[in-house]
Amino acid sequence: MNVFTALLRPGRARTLAAFGLAAAVLLLAPMVLSPFRLDLLAKFLCLAMVAVGIGLAWGRGGLLTLGQGVYFGLGAYLMAMHLKLADAGPGGVPDFMLLYGTGQVPGWWEPLRSPVSAIVLILLVPAGLAALLGWAVFTRRVRGAYFAILSQALAAAFAILLIGQQQTTGGTNGLNGFRAFFGYDLADPLNKQMLYLIAAGALLVMVAVVRQLSVSRFGELLVAVRDQEDRVRFLGYDPAAVKVVAYAVAAVMAAVGGALFVPIAGIVSPADVGVVPSIGFLIGVAIGGRATLLGPVLGSIAVSWAQTSISEQFPSGWIYFQGALFILVIAFLPGGLASFAGKLRRRRAAAAPGDAGASGDAARDHELVPERSPA
Amino acid sequence: MDIIAQLFAGLSLGSVLLLAALGLSLTFGQMGVINMAHGEFMMAGAYTAFVVQGVVGDAGVSLLLALPLGFVVGGLLGLLLEATLIHRMYRRPLDTLLVTWGVALVLQQVARDVFGAPNVDVRAPAWLSGAVQIGGLALPRTRLFILTLAIVCVVALALALRATPLGRRIRAVVQNRDLAEASGISSRATDRVTFFIGSGLAGVAGVALTLLGSIGPTLGTNYIVDAFLVVVAGGIGQIKGTVIAATALGLMQSFFEYSTTASVAKVLVFVTIVAFLQLRPQGLVSVRTRSLA
Repeated sequence: MNVFTALLRPGRARTLAAFGLAAAVLLLAPMVLSPFRLDLLAKFLCLAMVAVGIGLAWGRGGLLTLGQGVYFGLGAYLMAMHLKLADAGPGGVPDFMLLYGTGQVPGWWEPLRSPVSAIVLILLVPAGLAALLGWAVFTRRVRGAYFAILSQALAAAFAILLIGQQQTTGGTNGLNGFRAFFGYDLADPLNKQMLYLIAAGALLVMVAVVRQLSVSRFGELLVAVRDQEDRVRFLGYDPAAVKVVAYAVAAVMAAVGGALFVPIAGIVSPADVGVVPSIGFLIGVAIGGRATLLGPVLGSIAVSWAQTSISEQFPSGWIYFQGALFILVIAFLPGGLASFAGKLRRRRAAAAPGDAGASGDAARDHELVPERSPA
Repeated sequence: MDIIAQLFAGLSLGSVLLLAALGLSLTFGQMGVINMAHGEFMMAGAYTAFVVQGVVGDAGVSLLLALPLGFVVGGLLGLLLEATLIHRMYRRPLDTLLVTWGVALVLQQVARDVFGAPNVDVRAPAWLSGAVQIGGLALPRTRLFILTLAIVCVVALALALRATPLGRRIRAVVQNRDLAEASGISSRATDRVTFFIGSGLAGVAGVALTLLGSIGPTLGTNYIVDAFLVVVAGGIGQIKGTVIAATALGLMQSFFEYSTTASVAKVLVFVTIVAFLQLRPQGLVSVRTRSLA
């Protein structure tokens, strides 16, 4: 058994081991990485949270959501608005509003002054929007490509809306220049480390949540809805409810990722939430293995890392690389690297007759990549 | 008079959307392939017009040359895409979306490397400059030209689908692939031709867009989302739905923009479409089937 396979395949003992290993690596990272690298990794972890949600909604639920940037952005902007208000002090006005706006804090910003209500809103607003849109779309059995297109249109509209409202959202510049995070000075390296640990902890919790969800009845139903929605309906379940829950959970995960991204990156702008970044989230999930537990996380971190290192050296190289990844991985390795590991194992099993693992793997490989006959 | 001005602005926007969506309604609506690179085929058409003008010089001649050339360039790109990637993926429509997105990214970057990141301009011919005065209302000639072009494209496509042997084959394959094959129609060849025509229409749309402003590598992304919304709202399988939906979307955008702002209008249009899908989940015009969807 190779380590890579063990990391990516579901299964109780192996999952626990892989989870423990991942936790250990994440907790040890601050000791070996320079503050700059640690900051970078913290950012990648925030993006990986979005990927975990996509793994649930797309990998297991078959909901191709091209608009996770919206939920990432909602979390990020709500957090950024709170930090701006906190920086401005009680009753104060954020600096950019004095510059572009009327110098008055608009009414809908006010609930974000209190840290508690800010956190509650960061969780509730994305969940509410996702539940509303999901409910409207899924109960009317709008699905597949139609849902994908609607989610993409939502991302486009959201980014355009943010750009259009410069006086209250900072427009194209977005929100930036935060000084403190819930009272902790953001210039202090120790607080940066704390932020990293919070992000790592949140990511681990999310992975655990997805693991629990996917071994539960809900997880079984979700996969069943992905593969045979009509049969699930005939059995008396409501596929729409299952999808709405998966979509809302994914939205909350993206929002938490966005909320933690803001103090770590120090900026959020419409460029982080529009159509292009929203689809960009998907490629990491696809590479790691969309329906696996840790695949989306590892894939997403690897892609973020590749993006940073490639764009440093060849500015235009990254786009070619990302495009090539989309083409090659989705067309030729739809199960991601996880299925690649499985294929290797199967080949070895075929070479050594009498190994019982082979047929089970074939079934699982199919499970990773649903195919639909043309409508 | 304001209302008539808004009406014209809406119709004009609708005609642009229609040009962008017409090819999509053929490839997505009829074949079920979601081609995210459709916008980049438009971009290729626009750059074709730019190159042709660089070679020919005269703006009028170059426009008339660029229209058929843009069709061929877009069509050939589509053919290449179908033959190399899409034909392997007819059973995985959602994955096709992501693969073609990768193609779109690559094409955009190619355009950036070849033509440079800044936008370039294509001169409109003299006979399209200025405006036609109708009852105190100035209607720009370029907009009228695009409106006409959209109508010509719709009629041509409808006629081709209805009255030519090729169109009959396309419709047969769309309606019942197996039966069409059993009757001796090559569905592979038909798929390719359909894709060629659909992508070619994107090229024509791109040429038309050069009349409205400068063009850049991300030209396609600006239109692709709206074009897909048109197809979703219009329903699949018939051109009629696409025409109505494109017009309605253009008018909505124009009137919402008039009463609010451009960015709020976008959101309102989106909300309206989601609300509309509550009433007609299959879109405006749908072919009645006995399938469960």
